[in-house]
Amino acid sequence: MADYNIMELMICAASRLLEDRSTISVGTGAPCAAAMLAQKTHAPNLVIFFEAGGVAPILPLMPISVGDSRTFYRGVMASGMCDIMETCQRGLVDYCFLGGAQIDRYGNLNSTVIGSHEHPKVRFPGSGGANDFASYCWRTMVITPQDRRRFTDRIDFITSPGYLSGGDSRERSGLPAGSGPYRVITNMAIMDFEESSKRMRVISLHPGYRLEDVQANCGFELLQADRIEETPRPAPQQLQILRTRVDPDRYIIGRG
Amino acid sequence: MDVLERGSGEFFATHDPEEARQFFLQKDKSLVAKVMTVKEAVERFVQDSDYIAIGGFGANRVPVAICHEILRQGRKNLGFLGHTSTHDFQILCAGEAIDRCDIAYIIGLEARGLSPNARRYMESGRVRVTENSNYTLSMRIKAAAMGVPFLVSRNLMGSDTFAKSASAVVTCPFTGHRVVLHPAIYPDVAAIHVHEADVYGNCRLRGITVSDLDLARAAKRLIITAERLLPAEEIRRDPSLTAIPYYLVDAVCEVPYGSYPGCMPYEYFSDEPHLREWLEAEEDPERLRAFLERTIYSVSDFSEYIERQGGIARMMELRRMELLIGQEGCQDG
Repeated sequence: MADYNIMELMICAASRLLEDRSTISVGTGAPCAAAMLAQKTHAPNLVIFFEAGGVAPILPLMPISVGDSRTFYRGVMASGMCDIMETCQRGLVDYCFLGGAQIDRYGNLNSTVIGSHEHPKVRFPGSGGANDFASYCWRTMVITPQDRRRFTDRIDFITSPGYLSGGDSRERSGLPAGSGPYRVITNMAIMDFEESSKRMRVISLHPGYRLEDVQANCGFELLQADRIEETPRPAPQQLQILRTRVDPDRYIIGRG
Repeated sequence: MDVLERGSGEFFATHDPEEARQFFLQKDKSLVAKVMTVKEAVERFVQDSDYIAIGGFGANRVPVAICHEILRQGRKNLGFLGHTSTHDFQILCAGEAIDRCDIAYIIGLEARGLSPNARRYMESGRVRVTENSNYTLSMRIKAAAMGVPFLVSRNLMGSDTFAKSASAVVTCPFTGHRVVLHPAIYPDVAAIHVHEADVYGNCRLRGITVSDLDLARAAKRLIITAERLLPAEEIRRDPSLTAIPYYLVDAVCEVPYGSYPGCMPYEYFSDEPHLREWLEAEEDPERLRAFLERTIYSVSDFSEYIERQGGIARMMELRRMELLIGQEGCQDG
């Protein structure tokens, strides 16, 4: 029996990817939990940016909004939207975390509409800062549950760019060179993007999951790395800090 | 510069700086007291069909009293600048006040979930939309604040957000790279909530500024709501703290707790149970009607709303939450 739930595993796996002294822009929810956990474990010098203007806060509690007062609590600066986005645009921000209602094989994300834009079946919030972060940050990470509806070959709307139609199409569009999707962390596996085709590729399976499970819950064909790792289980210290100091009210990990 | 691609999104507000200069030429810039009630400010400065922008970000430092008053006065056919708008957008949709919208982020309340009523309203086909990203809208506001027709950046390209935007892709004459131009946007009216203002409209605010410094300069008319009034002499004692100068401002309304139920940095945290109550009431249109009657339409002004929401006792609780009093253990990184 695992002594952790799947949300805890996803947050711990995402947290491990963040090196100390790296820079990251995050939103609310699981990404913020991963950044907070990294800050309180192996990456005390992680620099966290919030799009509304918060710079390098020592997060006391989980923010509810990316503009609430916790996002600049004991920070080094309370700035504004243009300054944060321009810091990303200049190339100073390593990571961002995004999510969406749909993702395709090139890591393009939809958070705008299901159905047509003119007559949507479902309207979602839209880009917010997601298109900006996906355009500018060196490495985009996605944390999302995995199913065939969400991992689709026919994305209804590209809100935020991944590798567009693959190959060098992202760079040709005018977006900054060398940026783009880096890891996709789901409830089953971790994926990256194959270097030349830019197609999504399984590189690590979570304990208890097989490649067949991952493919069965994906609406397009996934590439496989030559050597597929097993995702490390959350360390006891990670779990303890996550449960007591990052998300004591179980807002996020309670969904796992 | 040849246009390589152009988004299909509409312009919903003035985008030509020449037109804006003509407006600003005739705007009264004299140093006169502008203190008035929220009711009077909305009567005088928010008209049907205006394009309106709300300051702050999400449910943080937002002029909620202005949004309530727009509903009470029954304003209709407003254009709206949806720059991570959450509770403000939720209120205006509840009043069916909007018919066109520049969208960067709408409908959602961030970690709290999505507004069922705002979603129904946006899916009804009654609102024309142009897509943007947050930074695109920030730049459109900044271009207007600068008095130029557009600003340039490297986002949006390759996406459907671009395809449905009002932006254009061109070749940079200096580098040869593809870049994207975002047209200026001059709102007819903006409302911004600040910590302190004097009677003339000189404003101080604390914490993140989001896009409000540019918004104050881009808007044709500007309504300020302030937690408290300051003596004008205090502004002149240290002008380095002034974020918004008086000559941009048309109305100054003193509204303590004016961002409630949102957060006001260093003053009070958001009232999460009340925001949840909103989301629950919205699940059923009948229930929403009764809820709006109780919280907005039958209320005479914002201080009565604060009283009905628990008054000073509740505000003290939210202040302690904001200042993390009683939660000292969480402050050690």
